[in-house]
Amino acid sequence: MKLTGLEVRPPMTRTADSVRTSFVVEPKPVPERTPSVISIDRLSVLYGTHVAVKEVSMEIAERRVTAIIGPSGCGKSTLLRSINRMNDFIAGIGFQGAIRFRGRDIRDPGYDPIDLRRSVGMVFQKPNPFPKSIYRNVAWGAAINGYRGDLTQLVEDALKKAALWEEVKDKLSQSALALSGGQQQRLCIARAIALQPEVLLMDEPCSALDPIATARIEDLIDKLKAQYTVVLVTHNMQQAGRVSDYTAFMYMGELIEMDATGRIFTNPQVRKTQDYITGRFG
Amino acid sequence: MRQPLRKAREGLIYGVLLGCALVSVVTMLGIITVLVSESVPFFREVSVWSYLTGTRWSALLEPRTFGVLPLLAGTVQVACGALALAVPVGLGAAIYLSEYASPRLRTLTKPILEILAGVPTVVYGYFALTFITPDILQRIFPAAEVFNAASAAIVVGIMIVPTIASLCDDALRAVPRSLREGAYALAANRLEVTARVVLPGAFSGVVAAVLLALARALGETMAVTLAAGMTPKLTLNPLTSVQTLTSYIVQVSLGDTPHGTIEYQSIFAVALTLFLITLTINVIAQRMIRRFREEYD
Repeated sequence: MKLTGLEVRPPMTRTADSVRTSFVVEPKPVPERTPSVISIDRLSVLYGTHVAVKEVSMEIAERRVTAIIGPSGCGKSTLLRSINRMNDFIAGIGFQGAIRFRGRDIRDPGYDPIDLRRSVGMVFQKPNPFPKSIYRNVAWGAAINGYRGDLTQLVEDALKKAALWEEVKDKLSQSALALSGGQQQRLCIARAIALQPEVLLMDEPCSALDPIATARIEDLIDKLKAQYTVVLVTHNMQQAGRVSDYTAFMYMGELIEMDATGRIFTNPQVRKTQDYITGRFG
Repeated sequence: MRQPLRKAREGLIYGVLLGCALVSVVTMLGIITVLVSESVPFFREVSVWSYLTGTRWSALLEPRTFGVLPLLAGTVQVACGALALAVPVGLGAAIYLSEYASPRLRTLTKPILEILAGVPTVVYGYFALTFITPDILQRIFPAAEVFNAASAAIVVGIMIVPTIASLCDDALRAVPRSLREGAYALAANRLEVTARVVLPGAFSGVVAAVLLALARALGETMAVTLAAGMTPKLTLNPLTSVQTLTSYIVQVSLGDTPHGTIEYQSIFAVALTLFLITLTINVIAQRMIRRFREEYD
């Protein structure tokens, strides 16, 4: 297989899945259509007078990985954090337009953001486990949200889904801070999964990790989409190409182009997208 | 040719700055030397054991006994009462400032809180004597004496609220934003984030703040002397007059006690006692602060 210089993968975790490893050579097939879970409708986000996101509209497909790419400061993180209302804490932020989750406007005054965040989980750029045990990190969200089932079982399931169980099953009571960066990030994914959300928002989840840990998270994202809708913000185009089904390219707050990943990377319709993907700027 | 001149100037600056740095060290050493050397003759007359375990303090009236427990009890009573009042209020204020207040309100409130720390302590003393005791305490408890431990505890508590609030606010704000965000993203509400993530994360910083405030409460002099009076008494009743270590020192210093007498020396023993207590607390507090810093660096 001939690869261009773009393709850098560690030797481990190679699978026979040619789709995942060969987008540069042959286009990824267009994914099968699924219903939209999140619908963003001409959303603008303002910090004071600065427009960070400008009239962006997009549909997020159920049980697919949607990547949002673009240069630093293009508004991709702001857009992502608007989806679970993590931006609410910023003073002087303003919104126009709407985001609908399962048809319901998330800014509706009657819609408690806490309810929204139960369904829409988030993983951050830097792993941020609580200074508590591994077990309590995973159980934390479920426990405060009144989970009535078997917490121990829930923790085990979540850790298994996050591909961390085998590494930590004998040290659940140890501090989460003793784990490696990659393990901590998978723990944060397990912690989000334990709340049984529908959507996982991931804000550059690998940017603080080494290539091997990154490869494991990417494998994990690929598995997660069987059950969850994933929205992935990344500055790493190869990563978007490897793991996502759809890719949205943002530039200066605007959505330039969004399409199936295979098409965006091989046959972008807008000149700017092509320039960015081929590395002419960014 | 200008080289030697510059060198001399550098040397002069170095010397002056070193002198400034040494002033506090030398002062500290001087204080310790005086306290110890003046306490030694006292402890030749009164055994350390009977000083530390004696339950009666009568330094100025015959028969003289020097049991420090009544003074210590008065000090601890006032300081603990002050903490009981100031910790909930101060910590509550800190939580409000750090987690709930809007940034604008915060920039407005925090300086005001810190100004409160600048009110002269004698003002607090008069406040206790002329307002808290007659207008509040004696209305609720007619048995309250004019000088009483409760009013002293209340004003000292008010005095240390800014210290606790300001230091706890710093400790709470030092908990990384990423931890708060992680908790909010797990569908926690503000109270859960504050009580179960931020407060535990700031715990050692909060303890350090309380200890520093305690050291200040133990050493508080003017307000306590005015509010609690000068009756060395081993009692748990907060409505009666007590004497603290500090107010005993005031009493002797203001009187006409001649040099070299045992009552004169006794104030150095009392001061040494107080010094050792607050030093210990300060050392523990500094350790807590260092440990707290390590947690998030």
